[in-house]
Amino acid sequence: MKRLEEMLLTREAGSEIMIGNTAVVRAMIESGVKVVTSYPGSPTPEIAQAIMSVPADRNPLHFQFSVNEKVATEVAFGASINGHLSCVFFKSVGLNVASDTFVQLSLMELIGGMVVMIGDDPGANSSQNEQDNRHYALMSYTPVFEPSTPQEAYAMFKEATRISKEMKMPIILRLTTHVCHAKERVAFGTWSPEETDSKSRFDVDNGPYIPITSVSLKMKRRALEKLESFRDYSEDSALNRIVDNHSNKGIISSGTAFLSLMDCVLEMDEKPDILKLGITNPLPKELIESFLRNHSEVKVLEELDQVIEQQVKSLAYDRRTKTRIIGKEHIDDFIGEYLPDKVREIISRTWPGTVEPSHEAPSSVEIPARPAQMCPGCGHRSAFFAVKSALKKIDITVADIGCYTLGAFEPYNLGQVLLCMGHCSGTGSGLSLFNDERRVVAFIGDSTLFHAGLPGIINAVYNNHKMTLIVMENGTTAMTGHQDHPGSGSSVRGPATKISIRKLLDALGVAFIKEVDTYQQTKLKKLVEDALGFDGFSVVIARHPCMLKFTREQRRKLKTMPKPVRVGSKCDRRYVCVKRFACPTFQRGEDGSVWVQEDLCIGDRSCMQTCPVDAIIPSE
Amino acid sequence: MSSSRLDRFDIYINGVGGQGIGMLSELIVRAIDHSGQVVRGADTHGLAQRGGMVVSHIRKGKDTYSPLIGKKNAQLAVSLERHEAMRAIAEQQLEEGGVLIYYDAVWQPLGVRLGNTPQLSNNDLEDAAERCNLMLIRVFQEDLPDARMQNVILLAEIAARVLVPGVSLEHYERAMEDLMEGALLERNSKLFRSHVRRQSGDN
Repeated sequence: MKRLEEMLLTREAGSEIMIGNTAVVRAMIESGVKVVTSYPGSPTPEIAQAIMSVPADRNPLHFQFSVNEKVATEVAFGASINGHLSCVFFKSVGLNVASDTFVQLSLMELIGGMVVMIGDDPGANSSQNEQDNRHYALMSYTPVFEPSTPQEAYAMFKEATRISKEMKMPIILRLTTHVCHAKERVAFGTWSPEETDSKSRFDVDNGPYIPITSVSLKMKRRALEKLESFRDYSEDSALNRIVDNHSNKGIISSGTAFLSLMDCVLEMDEKPDILKLGITNPLPKELIESFLRNHSEVKVLEELDQVIEQQVKSLAYDRRTKTRIIGKEHIDDFIGEYLPDKVREIISRTWPGTVEPSHEAPSSVEIPARPAQMCPGCGHRSAFFAVKSALKKIDITVADIGCYTLGAFEPYNLGQVLLCMGHCSGTGSGLSLFNDERRVVAFIGDSTLFHAGLPGIINAVYNNHKMTLIVMENGTTAMTGHQDHPGSGSSVRGPATKISIRKLLDALGVAFIKEVDTYQQTKLKKLVEDALGFDGFSVVIARHPCMLKFTREQRRKLKTMPKPVRVGSKCDRRYVCVKRFACPTFQRGEDGSVWVQEDLCIGDRSCMQTCPVDAIIPSE
Repeated sequence: MSSSRLDRFDIYINGVGGQGIGMLSELIVRAIDHSGQVVRGADTHGLAQRGGMVVSHIRKGKDTYSPLIGKKNAQLAVSLERHEAMRAIAEQQLEEGGVLIYYDAVWQPLGVRLGNTPQLSNNDLEDAAERCNLMLIRVFQEDLPDARMQNVILLAEIAARVLVPGVSLEHYERAMEDLMEGALLERNSKLFRSHVRRQSGDN
């Protein structure tokens, strides 16, 4: 069997089938990165998985999951100004959390070098929006490398560390979902391990590092000067290249949109020239001007916003070029991933007749949707089932981010509003003002509580907001693949101080705190009713370990699994198990009967108490 | 250049989170790689672990750039569940004359369990495949000891029928050796070989 650890640590050059998220880890090791930090979030968790495939005692990377993206960025920053090459990575919206810290980085002399690796998510495949993080790069004067493939992600990471160290500036490596998860054979180089280096090189003379008043303007000037010298580098970099098809039509593109375009161009008789930008901030002005002058028409094919287009048009105005520049023409052009079909559609609209529009015809086949849902045995399902029975229809429920967001959907419908990580106590507090009729209940998971939930809770206590918070504690960061967090009692490096949420809330002065295992549905219902009757901020900790994680661990230990439940003869077809409890295990027979899909049932028995006629029984 | 003259063969794989699609897809990718052909692909698994849809794209051949397949482009679709097989048809992943092979497991989608829509039958699938001019192959093994082996049964069918051009049994077996070891490899290799034999005997 091929082992990830062996591939990551081999001294020899070679090649292997891998996803982008793995390729960048090999690049980290070859580049001599010392400190890597993150908060889990799609599409980047596999980066952490690859790092963690090497045990900590022989791992050249000092890796940690930080409590959130802002702290992760600060830890990586601290390491860099101490002379150690660092990298922080997180998902697209993680940059919002990190932004207060992030926008200062370019003002600083990062003597060790630092790469900020972002997993942007065009198409919002697993995020609450599809924000274009290149805007942050513009506002913070930070260079952006933008790979299209895993091979490029590997190469660009190495180049980013080299430049970052040399120029002592932060560099963004902007991955997107289908660079992170794309898979191909990636060629990598040799690795010569460096000797352990525990020397502290932090020196205020490298600074200044205190950006106040006029000093911050000097620091901004230095950041802008660095950006301009980076632009000179970008002009000659092979990361920006031209695909020459000897055409008078040209297209400027980058990232995965470029790949979709190349697929489309294969089928065109008259192929346009393409300027493929691997560096999307700052833009290489001379290269772009010459591309404009060599073509009568240039299309800017750019996923999400008009970041390149507006700069190209501005440049064309300044340099008085006559080229017709075609940018985004419809609202649709701003939305969603630039998949092959979308690009084909855009090119056929830009230059009619050069390529057929999408092959898709109206579908004559209907198929029921299959939304994501909580796993069999999930403690959240038990919690939602019980909480729902304690609520009135008019009550307001506030969702947050994690597996329990799925409570917002059929058939539970608990969670009616969602902004971002940790918003629920703040939003819930606002909903409770000038509101005498509708009680407010918010849900937050344990990892999310540590990440960004605490300020909202403190605010609710301090300003005495009347609402109920239900902490859905499952002991892990489940949605992103079971990463540890400050309450789980372990970290990447083994056992760790376990921060008790109960004690934390006590210390914050929360006057009403109750705890219960979510499988105890009757008790949970009663506690929620009591909490709702409390005149102030109340908390119910609804606890059950993540059963997906638990079941996997049991299987790994080769333990005998509990037998599935079955539906006995008492069943009088009220369908509570299928329609209201809605564990995916319960299926409907064509004759109206209910049966148990044994491939799914984990034998947890949390369903048995939900049947009004006790028809769900253990198998013999 | 017309698309039919390009060196490419696209495989669309789908199913439900938890069915082992990631493993099946990685096995096919590695088998193609062992056959000496260019391969790329991508898994899409935003909320896959939670019983939602999982999709994997595999693209074989030199004339491919994006890891993702355009509509009506795939020559082969592989589904691990009956409703998901219908979804591959409904979403027009296959080109006309393409092959859809599916394992006949039933994990009812939410709408079926809520009673809003009926469960699909194999006849429904056959009708849809005929209407869309697709070749449909149903795979099912009654005596399978563990549902987590359904993906290996499908792999054996794909291998035995040589549904991926240029990829032979040996390449699939080498892929299995890349990704598994010990008792797991032994169990799955045995199942793979016996199913290949059974399938070859049928024809």
